[in-house]
Amino acid sequence: MKLFDLKGGVHPEGKKDLSAERHIRALPLPKKLYVPLQQHIGAPATPIVNVGNKVLKGQLIATAQGAVSSSIHAPTSGTITALGDHVAPHPSGLPVPTITLESDGEDRWFMTRIVDDPLALAPEEVAACVAAAGIVGLGGATFPSALKLNLSRSSGVQTLIMNGGECEPYLTCDDRIMRERAVEIVEGIRLIAHAVAAKEILVGIEDNKPEAIAAMQEAAQGTTVKVVAMPSMYPMGSEKQIIQVLTGNEVPAGGRPADIGVLVHNVATAFAVQQAVRYGKPLISRIVTISGGAILQPCNLEVLIGTPLQELIDFNGGYTQPAARLVLGGPMMGQQFTNTNVPVVKGTSGVLALLASEIGHAEASPCIRCSTCVRACPVGLLPLEMAAHIRTADLTGAVALGLKDCIACGSCSYVCPAHIPLVHFFNYAKGDLAAQERSKLKQEATKKLAEARNERLARIERERAEAAAKRKAAREAKERAAKEAAAKAAEEAV
Amino acid sequence: MNPIAHSPHAHAPVSIGKVMGTVLLALTPATLFGFWLYGWPAVNLWAVALIAAILGEAFVVRMQGRKVRPVLMDGSGILTAWLLVLSLPPYAPWWIAVLGSLFAVIIGKQVFGGLGQNVFNPAMAARVMLLISFPLEMTTWVAPATPGFMESLRITFFSQPIDGMASASLLGHVKTEFTRGIGLDQALTGYYAPLDMLWGSRTGSLGETAAVLLLIGGLFLIARRIITWHAPFAMLLGVAVPALLFNAIDGNHYAGPMVHLLSGGLMLGAFFIVTDPVTSPNTALGQFIFGLSCGLLTWIVRTWGGYPEGVAFAVLLMNAATPIIDQYVKPRIYGRDRKGAALTANK
Repeated sequence: MKLFDLKGGVHPEGKKDLSAERHIRALPLPKKLYVPLQQHIGAPATPIVNVGNKVLKGQLIATAQGAVSSSIHAPTSGTITALGDHVAPHPSGLPVPTITLESDGEDRWFMTRIVDDPLALAPEEVAACVAAAGIVGLGGATFPSALKLNLSRSSGVQTLIMNGGECEPYLTCDDRIMRERAVEIVEGIRLIAHAVAAKEILVGIEDNKPEAIAAMQEAAQGTTVKVVAMPSMYPMGSEKQIIQVLTGNEVPAGGRPADIGVLVHNVATAFAVQQAVRYGKPLISRIVTISGGAILQPCNLEVLIGTPLQELIDFNGGYTQPAARLVLGGPMMGQQFTNTNVPVVKGTSGVLALLASEIGHAEASPCIRCSTCVRACPVGLLPLEMAAHIRTADLTGAVALGLKDCIACGSCSYVCPAHIPLVHFFNYAKGDLAAQERSKLKQEATKKLAEARNERLARIERERAEAAAKRKAAREAKERAAKEAAAKAAEEAV
Repeated sequence: MNPIAHSPHAHAPVSIGKVMGTVLLALTPATLFGFWLYGWPAVNLWAVALIAAILGEAFVVRMQGRKVRPVLMDGSGILTAWLLVLSLPPYAPWWIAVLGSLFAVIIGKQVFGGLGQNVFNPAMAARVMLLISFPLEMTTWVAPATPGFMESLRITFFSQPIDGMASASLLGHVKTEFTRGIGLDQALTGYYAPLDMLWGSRTGSLGETAAVLLLIGGLFLIARRIITWHAPFAMLLGVAVPALLFNAIDGNHYAGPMVHLLSGGLMLGAFFIVTDPVTSPNTALGQFIFGLSCGLLTWIVRTWGGYPEGVAFAVLLMNAATPIIDQYVKPRIYGRDRKGAALTANK
């Protein structure tokens, strides 16, 4: 199949050999699970259980709220011991609303409803199953999958792209799941295609995963699913970039893939969809890669949502030496964390314990305008110019240069010889812009309220004056009438 | 505790110091050749220029209240002085090198705000300043010779006359002969030996005569991805095309492309000056336009200007045009057309 060129991109050291040959193993049942109510883009789920309730594995414990949200299920059977705050899987380490579940060790399923021929279901039913299972995009974006299916069906998607790029260094969870569960993934892919009535199905896998490509090709035989090997380059697995490479089309600025008739899902999401539709199993576990130079034995684990990260790190022997930095996700876009009590959530693809030599941190020096960042940017931006504008607080100038088109992939920061934290600048500016827009909306709302209040006060004043005038007129009329009556009476008396 | 770090949590094994070091490495063959060709005076000049640049920069940075060490360690001051000294007559007196180096790192760079902030290429700005202020010292060339060490000290530091060794560079010779009404065919006789020019055994600046060594250094930088081919190739093209055209029209008055390509500071300029990232545009197309214009201007100055050589003037003029090029030449953004409007949805 003809592939299209991608501009920019970088070739970070893969480091996938650390964990790529390790079979997926299940982590032993943890004693306590911390399940945050928000593990997806959108509104947090609302708990429907109380402290002391006994729940079974897979039982719904929090329901989706509003248009963009996702349900949450009990990862194992046990007792709810707390509904409260627990440290979030976020660099801030702030507490977030979390359901704490104490395992009873029995791991008993709530119920399993098996559908023998899931492809015979109506497209709406497939989407409903996906929604009920609380499935979100497992590639990292964690957008509620059912919503994506419904939006795509209504806007007429032609091409379904399954993302098996896994371009982040270290991560091998998608590689492993494609090697070991290809048949299930292909069925999941066909279910997704069925749900959105896609005509063309492409599975893009980077060519540094030949075993995964072979396994997927074998599983896809006799179906319309087409497995495509893509060149290994970062950020090949980014949604916009994989669309460009496989179709040659670009998602319009500010638009969605559906605008050009494309839907992109991650391969691990397809596995979750298959499990949900065929077996009625909600999304309560995922594959996580544990790797990095400070990890004794890197591995790929199937982990229940809510498991504290410390248990993942300890499982295979812990550290070889103290890690210089702990990262959730891949090294290019992942987030640092410091508290290992943080739970695994639906979007956790990797847990990395990195050495200082792997991070390659150095103090930033002045920009020499070498334009390495310009050549590395897969979007076609001028990172050095954008950073110069943001440095002088000229956000308007940065937006004019395309700040909002930045996908925060980190390619520019990665190659910068001056070690300037370019993406940090851009994310800071995006955050500042969002705050500015919020405060502008707030100001407008305040202004509107103040105007309404002034108007109301003026109206009351006016009404009061009118009423007073009316009363005065009535009194005067009365007095006049009395006077006239008196005059008349006097006249009559004369 | 360290503050929370932002992604990416990995970095390519690069640094400013490594970039500058690689460029210095690429300059080394041509420089060593210059030392071999002109002997100890060239070494003296080189050493004096580098020491002046280091001390001058350290002094100014200290006056600004900034840390001296990281500024010196980035190697940019050394590179500037090195490039400048390669463009000087090898037997120039010591104070030419000192003045030039100080002008380059202080006026040319630090006054603008230090590394990355200067509008003009510091080495070229210094060379033009010297050329305009001290035309005699800057145009006293010698034929390759190897005076002894003690004699070299007298040449560099005590202005011993070098009349006996004086010679003229090819471009200077051609210009002089033109003013005497002598055409190219005669002027070049005995002066233009393409092979000598290729290997550099001829009169000229300290480091610019070995066209092949400079070319190898440049190709090395392209291979190491320190520079791209756009600006150098375009500059050579910008000189060669008009030279070819005009030479074909009037061969007795306009020198051919080989004479131009192998003369003066063109090779040094193409691979080490117009590729200066700070003072050149930041897109491939912009760099191509920049290089092409530098080449054209060089050829125009050489052909019709008052000076025999024009690389430094051309580079400074185009440095001033760099912000304009950057304003108009921008990459197309994903999902947008060239004008920046969002692409239309189509299914």
